[in-house]
Amino acid sequence: MAEISMTVNGRKVTGTVEDRTLLVHFLRENQGLTGTHVGCDTSQCGACVVHLDGKAVKSCTMLAAQASGSQVLTIEGLAEGGELHPVQAAFKEHHGLQCGFCTPGMIMAAVDMIRRHPQGLDEKTVRAELEGNICRCTGYHNIVKAVLAASEAMSGKAKAA
Amino acid sequence: MHQTTYHRASSVSEAVKLLNDADDGKYVAGGQTLIPTMKQRLAAPSDLVDLRHIADLKGIEVSGDKVKIGAAATHAEVAENAALAKACPALCHLATHIGDPHVRHMGTIGGSIANNDPAADYPAALLALAATVHTNKREISADDFFVDLFETALEDDEIITAVSFTVPEKAGYGKFPNPASRYALTGVFVARRADGVRAAVTGAGENGVFRAEAIEKALSSSFDASALDGVTIPADGLMTDIHASAEYRANLIAVMAKRAVQAANG
Repeated sequence: MAEISMTVNGRKVTGTVEDRTLLVHFLRENQGLTGTHVGCDTSQCGACVVHLDGKAVKSCTMLAAQASGSQVLTIEGLAEGGELHPVQAAFKEHHGLQCGFCTPGMIMAAVDMIRRHPQGLDEKTVRAELEGNICRCTGYHNIVKAVLAASEAMSGKAKAA
Repeated sequence: MHQTTYHRASSVSEAVKLLNDADDGKYVAGGQTLIPTMKQRLAAPSDLVDLRHIADLKGIEVSGDKVKIGAAATHAEVAENAALAKACPALCHLATHIGDPHVRHMGTIGGSIANNDPAADYPAALLALAATVHTNKREISADDFFVDLFETALEDDEIITAVSFTVPEKAGYGKFPNPASRYALTGVFVARRADGVRAAVTGAGENGVFRAEAIEKALSSSFDASALDGVTIPADGLMTDIHASAEYRANLIAVMAKRAVQAANG
């Protein structure tokens, strides 16, 4: 068994888990943070994307023990004070989801993508950057729209500030 | 996933000791191949020795015409490195197209070449750049490093610490990605330097990465895509699988080599 500790959504957490426990299972089963989804068993779908020390990673493709000592941000940690994060708001506004299963991973990927492109995004870049996230409902059009709108809203905010 | 025991090493020597103390241990760097393989129960190491936190394996140095990339440099770090983008933009371009953004945040150059997947991108670059693989025991030329499918010259407890190469005059990478996996269905890396042209092919060979002599010869007389008009690659020794036949891959080698040269000539 592995003794692990990490910061999840700003909260220090510890746990004793089997060494083989995946980070996603630690988050869902030990921490009750079921917003992070498991959509495949092959590391391809991106539904499990969380941020590890500020970078988007697949939480199904690392052991919880590998993440010990790190800062983890999940979909539950995005909204502040009951107000949706701009990317969450944009997905709602632009109907960037249907069944919603891929949405937590999509949003975490989008937040990471927008952070890495402070100069702004175009449609081609967004589509290329979403290669690691699979959606079986929307055909991606409204997801791309939502990411572009969020990018604009966030860079506008940055400029105003 | 079968049971395993996780260890985190803080130095190369500690990692070697942990591995040698294990019954059937494996090193893990980014884990973007090994963890999925363990999930599928295709690998079941008794112990995992994590190399990701060893400071000596990190960093990318460009000094004059010498490039040295730490084994634990992630694909994202290689893709975004400003000094490397000036010295050898083809390698940044290659790293930008490995997997997806989340994989690139974890996967490392050392892990990729140690695994030597026959469709991985880095082996083609290292072979074409005549790179040197540095380990905790020795230096190995790329020519000697890549041995066969998923097989390298590494000994069981040997750790890649860095890869280095001399900046080429020109280099380019042409890749036809498998649309699902983003692995190279066929990829060709070409590099020109004073002592000649080297072209290495990944994703196509039955024995993994290899040099394409017909392409090197044609490009040695003229480093232009038109020099490859009429160059045909035999299908012998190329892979046939559900994605493409050997004949299709043979054709892709010539097409990707042209694109690589066009990219190199910017």
